[in-house]
Amino acid sequence: MSMETAIPHPVERENYLNKEYGVWSWLLTTDHKRIALLYLVSITFFFFIGGFFALLIRLELLTPAGDLVQADTYNKLFTMHGMVMVFFFLIPSIPAVLGNFLVPLMIGAKDLAFPRINLLSWYLYIIGGVMMLHCMLTGGVDTGWTFYAPFSTNFTNTKIVEAGLAIFVVGFSSILTGLNFVVTIHRMRAPGMTWSRLPLFIWAHYATSIIQLLGTPVIAVTIVMVAAERALHLGIFDPRLGGDPLLFQHLFWFYSHPAVYIMILPSMGVVTEIIACFSRKRIFGYSFVAFSSIAIAVFGFLVWAHHMFVAGMSVYAALVFSFLSYAVALPSAIKVFNWTATLYKGSIHYDAPMLYAFGFLGLFTIGGLTGLFLAALGIDVHVTDTYFVVAHFHYIMVGGAVMGYLGGMHFWWPKISGRLYPEGWARLAALIVFIGFNLTFFPQFLLGYMGMPRRYYDYSHMPEFQVLNVLSTAGATVLGVGYLLPMVYFLWSMRYGKPASDNPWNAAGLEWKTSSPPPTFNFDEEPVVTWEAYNYEELDAPHKEEVPVAR
Amino acid sequence: MLNNFPLWPQQASTLAGHVDALYIFLLIVCGMMTLLVFGFVVYFAARFRYRPGVRAEQIEGSTALEVTWSAIPFLIFMVIFAWGAVVYFKERTPPADATEVYVVAKQWMWKVEHAEGQREINELHVPVGRDVKLIMTSQDVIHSFFIPAFRIKQDVLPGRYTVEWFRATKPGVYHLFCAEYCGTQHSGMVGDIVVQEPAQYEAWINGGSTGPLSASGEKIFAELGCATCHRSDAQGRGPNLKGVFGKPVQLEDGRTVTADENYLRQCILDPGAKRVKGFQPIMPTFQGLVSEEQVNALVAYIKSISASKPEEGAKASASAAASATAPRVQTNGSQVQ
Repeated sequence: MSMETAIPHPVERENYLNKEYGVWSWLLTTDHKRIALLYLVSITFFFFIGGFFALLIRLELLTPAGDLVQADTYNKLFTMHGMVMVFFFLIPSIPAVLGNFLVPLMIGAKDLAFPRINLLSWYLYIIGGVMMLHCMLTGGVDTGWTFYAPFSTNFTNTKIVEAGLAIFVVGFSSILTGLNFVVTIHRMRAPGMTWSRLPLFIWAHYATSIIQLLGTPVIAVTIVMVAAERALHLGIFDPRLGGDPLLFQHLFWFYSHPAVYIMILPSMGVVTEIIACFSRKRIFGYSFVAFSSIAIAVFGFLVWAHHMFVAGMSVYAALVFSFLSYAVALPSAIKVFNWTATLYKGSIHYDAPMLYAFGFLGLFTIGGLTGLFLAALGIDVHVTDTYFVVAHFHYIMVGGAVMGYLGGMHFWWPKISGRLYPEGWARLAALIVFIGFNLTFFPQFLLGYMGMPRRYYDYSHMPEFQVLNVLSTAGATVLGVGYLLPMVYFLWSMRYGKPASDNPWNAAGLEWKTSSPPPTFNFDEEPVVTWEAYNYEELDAPHKEEVPVAR
Repeated sequence: MLNNFPLWPQQASTLAGHVDALYIFLLIVCGMMTLLVFGFVVYFAARFRYRPGVRAEQIEGSTALEVTWSAIPFLIFMVIFAWGAVVYFKERTPPADATEVYVVAKQWMWKVEHAEGQREINELHVPVGRDVKLIMTSQDVIHSFFIPAFRIKQDVLPGRYTVEWFRATKPGVYHLFCAEYCGTQHSGMVGDIVVQEPAQYEAWINGGSTGPLSASGEKIFAELGCATCHRSDAQGRGPNLKGVFGKPVQLEDGRTVTADENYLRQCILDPGAKRVKGFQPIMPTFQGLVSEEQVNALVAYIKSISASKPEEGAKASASAAASATAPRVQTNGSQVQ
C-alpha cells in the first residue's frame, strides 16, 4: 500500500454512492444500501470501543495482582466490553450491514419492504448507542452483561437503569430489522425466486429474523422488570419480598441464549455463500442446510437453562435442558458436514474470503465441540463460570461470527464499494486473525479446566494461572493487529483500490448480476429467475485479477 | 515459574475422578471429530484445488449421507448426555449420613459453621474420607462455592438453601473460589479448603469450640420466645416442632410438603407462605430480626430435636453460644425490610 495516486473509477454509471452527496442524503436516506453503510460505520466504531475494553482487560490479567486499574474499573470494563460487543456490535453486525445490503439484492427486490422503518431502526440504534456512551462516560455499570439479580436490582449503585434503557432501545432496532427481513423475504422475491431457489444466506437471515422478532421483546420486558424492581422494590426478584432471583436468570437467558444464534446464523449464511463460490459448486445438501437454520432457530429457544445447571435448579429440569442442548448441536454439526462435503470434487480457490471461511470452519468446529463439554451436566458443574466458558463462547461469537463477518465483508466489498481490496494484505490479515485468535482463547480452555473463575480482577491467590494468561494477552495483541488491518486497507481501497467488475468472483447470485456498486433501485429491470441457487456449472473460474476496462 | 504451571487441576475428591474420566472421554471423542473434519477439509482443499481446465463436479447431496452424519453424532451425543447425567446425579445427591456444615456467603467472604460449633472465615477444615454436606445460603447477592480440586460448584442464593457435597481423598490445602460474580471484591472472595487426616481434624474441631450449633439454636429459640407457641405438648398455638424434620407436613391449602431445611427456613422468615393445616396465621415474620447464622442455628436446633436419638450437644452451655447471635450487619440502603 505505497502512496499511489487515486485511481478514478472507470465506470461512470450512476450508482447508490455517487447519486447524491451531502450529509442529508445519507442521514435521511431510505436506500437499504446506504443504511447498511451507516450501520457499518456505527458498528465499527463500537467494535473498536469494545476492543479497547478487551485490551485493557487482557493487560490487567498479565500479572496476577490487580495493578493496572481499580477493581471497580475492571468490573466495569468487562461489563461494558460484553454489553458493547453483544448488543452494539455482534447482534447488528452481519444482519444490519451485510443483510441490509444484500437481502433485497439477493432476492431481486428494489429495497426492503419498509425502507423508512429501516432508517428508523438505524436511528434507534444510534439513540441507544448514544445512551450507552453517555452511561459509560458518566460511570458505567459493573454487573457483567448478564445483570444477575439481586446484585443488579438491590445492590450495585452503578447506572443499571440507563444501560438497560440503552439496550431496550437498541433492542427495538433489532426487532425492526428482523420484521423488515421477514416481510421482505415473504413478499418481495423476484418472479421465479422460489423458496427453494433462495440463497442460503437468505434462509439464515430468515431464521435470524424470527429469533429477533420473538426473542428480543423478552429481554425488553426483563429490563423493564429490573428497572421497576430498582425503583419501586416490587419484589419480583428479591427473595426478601417473596421474589425469586432465578426468575431473572430464566428470563435473561430465554433471550440471551437465542441471541447467540442471532450472531452465528448470519455468519453461517455468509460462509455458505463463500464456500459455494470458491469451490465453484452447488452447496451439498441445500435443503438440509436451509432447514438446519430453521431448526437452530426453533431449538435455540428451548435450551436457555443450560446456563443454569449450578444455579439451584431441579436436577430433572437440568436433565431436560441438557438433552435439548444436544438436540440443538445437531443442526450445527449437519451444516459443518455439508460445508465439508461441498469442497469434495470442487475447484477450490484460496482468495481471502475463502481463507476466512476456512478459519470460520476451524474455530466454529472447536467452539461447537466444546459446547458438548458444557452441555454434559457432570462436566458443566466444574467448568461453568470459569474461563472454559469464556473460551467457548468467544470461539463461537468471535471465532465464528466475526470470522464470517470479515469473510463476508471481503467477499462483497467489491459490490459494496466498487473497488477491490488488496488481496495480499487481506490474506495476511486472515492468517493473523486466525493465529491471534487461537493464541488468545485456546489457553483459556486450559485455564478454565484448571479452575480459574471468570470475572476475576486479581488472581494473586493462584499465581499458577499466570503463564496461560500471559499467552492469552500476547495473542490478544496479535488479534488486535489482525482486526485493525482490514479497516485500514478497506479505507485505502475506497480511493486507491482497483475498480471492481460487476462480478469479480464470477459468483452465482442476483447481487452479482447488477453493477458494482449497484444503482439506487438495485436492478435496471426486474430480474426473472429461471435457475437454481449456486448454478456454478454455468460459471467460469473467478477472474478477479482481470480489471475491467472503462465502459 | 514452571513449577507453578500445572495444566491439570489436582484430584482431591471422590467426584473428581468421575468428572475427569468423562472429560477425557470427551477430549478423545471431540478430538477425533475435530481431526476427522479438519482432515477432510484439508485433504479436499488440497486435492481439489483449482487447476486450469478442470471444472468442479456438481453434486446435489445425498440423503443417505445426511442421515448417517446426523444419526452417528446423535448417538455419540446421547452417550455423552447419559454419562454426564449420571455424574451430575452423583454430584447433586449428598449421602444421607454426611456431616453437615453450614455456609453463609456475603459480599465478600465465606462464613462457615460446623455442627460442633467451630466457626471459620474463608477457610473450611474437613477430614479425609468423610462425606461432607454444605448447606449454604447468602446474606446478599448470588455467590457460588467452587472447589476446583473437588470438581464441584454450586450457586449460593439469598433467601434459600442450596446444597453441595464431597468426600475429600487427599490431605492438603485447596483453592476455594467464588464463581458467581458478586461485585467489587468478587476476586477477593477466595479461601482455602484444608483437608486433614482424621486425627488432626478431630483435634482441630474440638479445640476452642464454642459449643454445638444446635445449642446456639436452642438458646435463640428461647430468647425469641418461640417456645411460647411451639410447645412440646401439642397444646401450643403453633405446631409442635419435635420430630417434624424430614417428615411430610399437611398445609392449610391442601398441599403436602416435606419439612426440609428450606421449608423450616421459609417458615421462620415468611410464616404465611406455607402454613400448617389447623393453625391460625398468627406467627410474625422474623425477616430482618434474625441473621442468616441465627436461622442456621435455629434450623440445626429443630433438626436436633427431630433426630431419633437425643442430641447430646443440646445440653452444651448456653452462654458459650451467645456469640452466635451477633446482630445482622446488613446495611444496604436500597433494600426494603
